[in-house]
Amino acid sequence: MSYVDVTAGMQIGEPIRPRARVWTRLRKRPVAMAAIVVIVIIYGAGIFAPIVAPYGFSEPDFANTHASPSWSHPLGTDALGRDLLSRAIWSAQTTVIISIAAVTTGGLLLGVTLGLIAGYLRGWADAIIMRTAELLGSVPTILLLLIITATLLRRVDSAAEDIEDLTGLDWITSSGAPSYFLIFGALSIFGWVGIARIVRSQVLSLRESQYVIAARASGASTRRIIFWHLLPNVSNLLIVALTLSLGGAAGAEVGLTFLGIGVQAPHPSFGAMIFEGAGLTQVRQHPMLILVPSVAVSSLILAFNLLGDQLTYVLSPRHR
Amino acid sequence: MPAGLASYIARRLIIVPFVLLIVSFVTFALGRYAPGDYVDIQAGPRANQETIDRIRHDRGLDDPVYEQYARYMSNVLQGDLGVSQNPRGVPVEDVLFPRLWVSVQINALALLFTWLIGIPLGTWAALKRGTWMDPFSIGLFLSFASVPVLVSVPLLEWIFIVKLQLLPTGGWSTDHVLGVKLGIFSLKAVLPVFVLTLSGVAGLARYMRSQVIEVLDQDFVRTARAKGLRGDVVVFRHVIRNAMLPIVTIFGFELAGLIGGSIFVESLLGIPGVGQLAFQAVTTRDYDTIMAIVLLGSTIFVLAMLAVDIAYGFIDPRIRSGGGLPT
Repeated sequence: MSYVDVTAGMQIGEPIRPRARVWTRLRKRPVAMAAIVVIVIIYGAGIFAPIVAPYGFSEPDFANTHASPSWSHPLGTDALGRDLLSRAIWSAQTTVIISIAAVTTGGLLLGVTLGLIAGYLRGWADAIIMRTAELLGSVPTILLLLIITATLLRRVDSAAEDIEDLTGLDWITSSGAPSYFLIFGALSIFGWVGIARIVRSQVLSLRESQYVIAARASGASTRRIIFWHLLPNVSNLLIVALTLSLGGAAGAEVGLTFLGIGVQAPHPSFGAMIFEGAGLTQVRQHPMLILVPSVAVSSLILAFNLLGDQLTYVLSPRHR
Repeated sequence: MPAGLASYIARRLIIVPFVLLIVSFVTFALGRYAPGDYVDIQAGPRANQETIDRIRHDRGLDDPVYEQYARYMSNVLQGDLGVSQNPRGVPVEDVLFPRLWVSVQINALALLFTWLIGIPLGTWAALKRGTWMDPFSIGLFLSFASVPVLVSVPLLEWIFIVKLQLLPTGGWSTDHVLGVKLGIFSLKAVLPVFVLTLSGVAGLARYMRSQVIEVLDQDFVRTARAKGLRGDVVVFRHVIRNAMLPIVTIFGFELAGLIGGSIFVESLLGIPGVGQLAFQAVTTRDYDTIMAIVLLGSTIFVLAMLAVDIAYGFIDPRIRSGGGLPT
C-alpha cells in the first residue's frame, strides 16, 4: 500500500441507497407490488394456518371423497375427503417453516459468515472455505441428496425415537420434526455456497476501499470491521440473494418430497400434494388434486423470482 | 499453446481425481453405515443371525470401511461396478449402460434445443430493451423457470395427453432407426425433451440477455456503430461473440440441472433411463447401483466443468493468470 488518503473519506465501490427511497421506488413498480401481494397472501395463509384454514390438515370425510368445489369445500376434496383448500393452507405453513429455517441457517448464518471471513481474512481461511464450496459445487446436488435419503433418513428417524424414549417426550416423531430437520438440513448444507460466493466477491473489493483501510488504521478490530463496516455494505446484494433463495427453497421442498426426504404423512406439503395427484389416472380423473398445489407453489416461486429481479433493478446504482 | 495455459490446465487437472476420491468415499461410507444392507434384505426376517454374520464375513462386509472402499475402487478401476439387486445378480454395468444411452439421447437433444432457443431469445430481449417486449419476455422466461419440473410434467400430461390427445402416454420407444436403438424419433420423446428444454431455456436466455446488455454498453460497440457499421453486423460480429464468452461457463450448470431434472422427468413419465434407475435404486437400497450412478454422474459433471474451464482459458487470457472464472 503506497499511500492511504484517509482525509478523502470517499467510499469506493457501490454507494448505498437509503432504505426509505428503495421502498418508494419499489412501490411505483406494479410487478414488484403484485409479487409482494402474492407472497404476503401465501405466507400469511401459512403463518396463520390454524386460524385461516377452515378444516384441519387431516380431517377425512369418507362420505364426501373427490367432491367438486362447493361452498363448504371451495376447492373440493381429495381421495380421503380432506378439504383441498385447507390442505393447501397447511402446506403453505410447511413451506414457510422450511424455507425460513433453511435460508436463515444455510443462507444467512453459514453463507454470510463464511463469505465475510473468506473475503476479509483471505489466506488459508479463504482457501478452505472456497475449496469446500468448490467440492460441494462439483457434484450434482441431487445425487448427494439421493444418497442422504437412502442412508441418513432412517438414522434420523431412529435417533428421534431414541430421544423420545430417553426424555419421555412423545410428540417429536408425531409432529414430523425429524423430517423438517432433515429437509432444512439438506437445504442448508448446499444452500450456503451461492451466498458465500456473492458475499466474498463483494468483500474482496470492499476491503481495499478507503473507509475500511481508515477503520483498520484507526485500530478497529477485525470483528468490528467485518460486522460494522462490511456487512451493511453487502446487504443490498444479500436482500436479492435471500429473496431468490426463499423461492428456491419452496421449489426444492417439492423435489425433496418426491425423493422421499419429505414431510411425512399426514402432514401436508405442496410436494406431498403434488406427488399424490401426479399419476396419469389421477390427472385424468381428478385434475384439481394436481392443479391446486401446482398453482400455489408455482406462483409463490414466480413471485419471489420477480421480486428478486425488481429488487436488483431498484437497488443497483447503475439503474438510477 | 499460449503462455500460461499449460500450467493453468495442469492446475485444473490436479483437482479432478481428488474431487472424485472424496465424493466416492463419502458416498461409500454413507452407504456402508446405513441401516440394513442387502444381506439383511435378502435374508429376510426369519434368517438366523449366525447365517447372516457368516454371509457378511464371506463377502467382507465386516471389514473396516476404508478396506472395503479400497477393494471397491480397485474393482471399479478394473471395470467391475458390483452387482445389482434389482434385477438381482446382474452386473451393474449391464443394467446401467443401456439406460445411460436413453438418458444421453434425451439430454443431448434437450441441451441442443435449449441453446438453439435460449441464445437468440436472450439476445432479442436485450436488443428490445426499453420497449414493452423486454419485460414481457423476461416475465415469460421467469414464469417458465418458476414451475418445478414435478409440476410441469403432470400439467403437460393433462393438457397434451388427456385433453388434446396429441401425444401417446409415457414410456420410451425401443424402435431401431438405421440399426441403432434410437427413441428420439418417436412421439414419446416429445414430452421429456420439451420439459427439460423449457426449464433450461429460461435460465440461459436470462443470462444471455444480461451479458448482451453488458456488451452493448461497451465502448467498442459504440465505436462500431459510430464508424457506420450496419446494425446486424454490429450485433452478430461484435455483440454476440463477446457476450457468448461467459455463457460458456453456464454449460456445466446446465448439465447438472439436466441430471437433476432427468430423475424427476424419467420417473414421472416411466422412461427407462439413468434417472429412473437412480430413483428405483434409492427406494430399494441397491447400494452398488447407487454408488455406480453417483460415480458416473459426478465424473461426467466434473469433466464437463473441466472442459468448460479449459475452453475458457483458451478464449480469455485473463483467466490463465488468475486461476478462477469471473463470477
